[in-house]
Amino acid sequence: MSKSIPFQWTPRKRDFVLERRFWRSQRDDVTDHPLRPLIGPVTESKSISRKVSSAGSSTNSSTPGTPQPRRNVTAVLADPLGAALDGTDPLSQFAKEELDPLSKIAVEEANWEQPERRKISDSFEDDVLQEWSARKAAILTRFTTSERLSIMTSFLSGGDKVVARPQAVGPPQNAVIEKVKNRLEQLDEFEEGSVKEEGDLTQGEYVARIEQLNSELKQAWNTDQRVKALKIAIQCSKLLADTNVTQFYPSKFVLITDILDIFGQLVHDRLRSKAEGNRVRGKLPVDFTPDMVPEAAKETCRNWFFKIASIRELVPRFYVEIAILRSYSFLTSSEFTQALLRLTRMIRGIGDPLVAAYARCYLCRVGLSITRDRSFIHENLYDFLAAHKQLYSRSVRAELLRQKVDLGSYLTLYTPALDWILQLAAHPGTEQQLLDVLTICKNLNVKSGLVLNSVMVGFKAVYIAARATHFVDLITACDDDGFPQYILFRTLGLCVVAAEPPREQHHTLLNVVWKVVSRLSDVGHYAACAEVWIEFAAKYFGKNEVNAILHDMIRHLTPNRAYEQHYPQLQSVVSILLRNTQDPEILFGMDKFLTFIDMFQKEVVKVEVCKLIMEAYCRQKQDAVRDPVVINGVMFLCRVLHDSVNAMTVDDEKRQIAQLICGFLKSVDFGRDFEQQLGFYVDARAAFTNLDYVHLQLVQSVNRLAVETRKIVGGHHTRKTASFVRACAAYCFISVPSISSVIFRLQLYLLSGQVALSNQCLGQADACFKAALNLIPDFPKTIEVDGKPKSSDFFLATYLSNFMSTLLIVPDPPEQGVLYLTRGLLNCIQTRQWDAAFSKTNLYLQVLCLLAASAQESYPYHIEKVDSNDALYGSDPKFIAEVNRLCGVVVEEIFSQLRAFDDTSNHAKQASLSLELLNRLVSFADLSQPSSFKYAGKLWDLCHRHGKQDSKVVERTVWYLQQRAALPGGEKCKDLLARIHQAS
Amino acid sequence: MAANIEILVRKANKVYHEGEIISGVVVVVSPSDVRHDGITLFADGNVNLQLSSKNVGIFEAFYNSVKPVSLVSCVLEVASAGKIPAGKTEIPFEFPLRARSSKPLYETYHGVFVSIQYMLKCEIRRSFLAKDLVKTAEFIVEYNLNKCPKSESKPVQFVISPDSLQNVKERARIPRFKITGHLDSTVCCLRKPFTGELIVQHSEIPIKSVELQLVRVETCGCAEGYSRDATEIQNIQIGEGDVSCGIAIPIHMVFPRLFTCPTLTTSSFKIEFEVNIVVIFQDDHLITENFPIVLTRS
Repeated sequence: MSKSIPFQWTPRKRDFVLERRFWRSQRDDVTDHPLRPLIGPVTESKSISRKVSSAGSSTNSSTPGTPQPRRNVTAVLADPLGAALDGTDPLSQFAKEELDPLSKIAVEEANWEQPERRKISDSFEDDVLQEWSARKAAILTRFTTSERLSIMTSFLSGGDKVVARPQAVGPPQNAVIEKVKNRLEQLDEFEEGSVKEEGDLTQGEYVARIEQLNSELKQAWNTDQRVKALKIAIQCSKLLADTNVTQFYPSKFVLITDILDIFGQLVHDRLRSKAEGNRVRGKLPVDFTPDMVPEAAKETCRNWFFKIASIRELVPRFYVEIAILRSYSFLTSSEFTQALLRLTRMIRGIGDPLVAAYARCYLCRVGLSITRDRSFIHENLYDFLAAHKQLYSRSVRAELLRQKVDLGSYLTLYTPALDWILQLAAHPGTEQQLLDVLTICKNLNVKSGLVLNSVMVGFKAVYIAARATHFVDLITACDDDGFPQYILFRTLGLCVVAAEPPREQHHTLLNVVWKVVSRLSDVGHYAACAEVWIEFAAKYFGKNEVNAILHDMIRHLTPNRAYEQHYPQLQSVVSILLRNTQDPEILFGMDKFLTFIDMFQKEVVKVEVCKLIMEAYCRQKQDAVRDPVVINGVMFLCRVLHDSVNAMTVDDEKRQIAQLICGFLKSVDFGRDFEQQLGFYVDARAAFTNLDYVHLQLVQSVNRLAVETRKIVGGHHTRKTASFVRACAAYCFISVPSISSVIFRLQLYLLSGQVALSNQCLGQADACFKAALNLIPDFPKTIEVDGKPKSSDFFLATYLSNFMSTLLIVPDPPEQGVLYLTRGLLNCIQTRQWDAAFSKTNLYLQVLCLLAASAQESYPYHIEKVDSNDALYGSDPKFIAEVNRLCGVVVEEIFSQLRAFDDTSNHAKQASLSLELLNRLVSFADLSQPSSFKYAGKLWDLCHRHGKQDSKVVERTVWYLQQRAALPGGEKCKDLLARIHQAS
Repeated sequence: MAANIEILVRKANKVYHEGEIISGVVVVVSPSDVRHDGITLFADGNVNLQLSSKNVGIFEAFYNSVKPVSLVSCVLEVASAGKIPAGKTEIPFEFPLRARSSKPLYETYHGVFVSIQYMLKCEIRRSFLAKDLVKTAEFIVEYNLNKCPKSESKPVQFVISPDSLQNVKERARIPRFKITGHLDSTVCCLRKPFTGELIVQHSEIPIKSVELQLVRVETCGCAEGYSRDATEIQNIQIGEGDVSCGIAIPIHMVFPRLFTCPTLTTSSFKIEFEVNIVVIFQDDHLITENFPIVLTRS
């Protein structure tokens, strides 16, 4: 590029109004929605659409009532989607094939399910058994002990005490002498190694021992030592007869029944494989009948049962038989009920009520999985109730005294077993069943809190709630048998919360119950009850009752800082309240609510609670808040949240908190009282100093306020509104610097400047823009996008483009020179180290546009009531000359970049840049000036020199020139076209 | 490597009735050919009697054991001399189960002083340098259900209290108690459980255990006199710990196989059964109530 003639920029005169009209694309009236034919005919098209496949007639024409002209249009436009798909959209094509795939699957499944239906409909059993595994975990964690335990077994190593054990000689089970002999040998082996007792075990060691027994059993089984396996099972179940360390009994029960389950499964599998091995027709079906089982397998099965029937002791005999009860199915299909009833009666022989209760529990669980007859469950329940007095018998009392366990906690050991039995007894859950159980209790004169509690847990809450007052009577009538009454009230509370009691009972219920609850002396018991009953109040009563309960709770929990022990309950109270009130405003309307929150003294818990409330607030709050009480309350919570933020807080946490606070800020609306609104924002700024996001929100909100003001006055500010918007602008200007992120600051400055400008606050706008420009050098080189650092050039370029469009209409401040801000901007662009050189030149190109526009007589857009430079200077020649000079400088910069590209042989970029510049020249410069024209030609040459130009852009450029040439004053364009044709 | 012999009868439970045909196979598994001088199957049924040392002196018991009574004796040549190829060879056999004399066949019974056993013995005779191969297997004989005496319902009510006890040394030391109950029948079918109910009405001292003891009473008669011995077959606990008062505890016991048979009285021996209800108190006081029972097959 030669430098022979210095470039002289002369802007073209433009009439933006005319141009806008000319370049606007053609518009036509339409009668039909353009997207309609695509989704229109789906099913009617079935018959013909397949046959027609040419693209021309693709969109189907069979739709009745489609206007004629449209068909022509579609024929010409040949909808590409339609053509590809034979005229029907893919979905309806699927639909054509008789049925859609989903319903087809559904139908198939339905067919397939038919024979299985019987099983699937029985899912109650599965559910319940599933639930048992959940309960197991709960039992294991709940019933633990620090007492020392002892275990009696002959299968574990270690231990020194040797106890000779009298052993009942069972009959050798099989007539195959060889086998029997072999087994007897095994038997002797164990007989010789006699039972050892290991005492003084901790719970962990004990559990480990049981685990060891478990693996021992499996190993014995796998090595064909079935007798050993059986003996291990017997010894395990023998442990269940021992109620030493009662607190641990439920857990022991769970551990050991697990082993027994495994044993039962092993026996069953073994018999099954035996049956299948001897069978001609291979595998047995899932629901086989005994006559499918070959005689040999039956004989083995019988041997098992004979063997078990000869177990000397009651408890092991019972447990092991239950464990393998399922294998009865090899012998008979009808005897389950009888067997279960027989076993149920057998439990009557177990003297220890706890052992008996858990034996019933195991019986019910196993019985459930093998038969559909439920009579044994009721039998068990009845037996339990009949023998209920046994719980308070002399031997139990003596034992408790020995172990130093109080009756109350002893009784709670029964709850898992009893709950389970009652839950099964309550199935399928008719009201009549509940009445039956209650009648039985009454007839047997059982007034036990334990039973009543399990009844309330087991039966559907609806039935309990329906006769809630009756239950209150029952609870108060209960014997003082040591079962804690508060648990009963708590359980009743859970019922009435889950299902609504009759409306007329609400008041009496709450009054009666609360009278008892508020008299509970133990704070823990009180908290457990109150936690439940407050939900009852919150659900069915108004805020007065809830407030009263809160007041009562505060009264109970404050002495001795008792609340410190009950944070979980208090927390749950808060979440209950939040769950049960639609409008959080109501909560703040209660005078005790905030006092209640004050009980959370521990910082972590307090913050958590505040977060909980704020989350609910942000979720549920739809309409604006203006009640100062509520605002104060929420402000208090937000301040707690805000104050919890410190240097250690992680970003995510900060963001969460900020989001909650922003949610609150957005919800506050004083309507037309803008000054109060601004005052609120000022307070908020003072309160939440640490959070960027909050400041961001505040600045946005205040800007919104300013814009709202402008809207209301319709752009004509009075003295009062003018000073108000100035205050807003000032607020923004002061607030922005406290935000740490440069990016946010830049954006907010620009926004605030724009808002100030639109409100005719020129000084404030100038200040904002100036501040933004001053900030640009601080702009980081990289910003994080999706966790990866990326060059910030792109962002800054976009930002500056936006900035420039604003600058066009910003009038020059009188005390500064011409185009003061634009020059500042140019400086910024020039001094910044850009990652890629082209982002800089791209910006120069934009500046060129800006400058060209500034030189026009009238600018393309204005702000109402703000005189931009066009009006300010009135196209003063001095001003124009200054603009042109700047243009020249900018173009020179671009030229130097073009030369730089030449040096580095970056021809593709050079071509595209020169084409861009050519475009700018053609659009904005006066081509009649010889220098412009010449340079335009040169640029064209440069662009084509290495053949690296983008042909599409070239095409568009030529097309544009042609259009321009057709317009009045387009002679120069014509010349340029001619020059171009000549060159190529 | 020696050959391995096994005797398999057709029925899986090996139970046969008099007059039935016993069929089965002798399975010979051998890694090499076995040359033999004939394979013979013996079926023998014997009553073995032994005098207990309690009734007669220890030496008499040893020497004077009563001669066994032979019930079945049957010899069957299943293969004549020849060679059994290596691998698994099955040789079928079949013979009718018939008594040797006019006496009926007794049921299989494994006892202490009396036992009735039926054995199959297979013998592979070999040249006198090699040892004969012998294998025995037991099979079980039961009465034909239609031809034997039936069980009948003979319920028994019982009340056990300090006053009902015999054999008491210090009546004053016995705790006060009352236990009532009933047995469904004292003539019981072997194939069905022994049932009844027991109710502890009251008891001064807590009960430790309630048990059911099945006892066999075997009588051997011979020229010198006879011996009668009662021994325990099994002991089944039906009540564990301090059982609750006023609640009926089921009495339930399955008769073990082989160790029980229908009550049998012959000229030379008797097999009878009794059930004891044993109550043990916490202070280890033990009281027993005895019930003779008659067992039948059907």
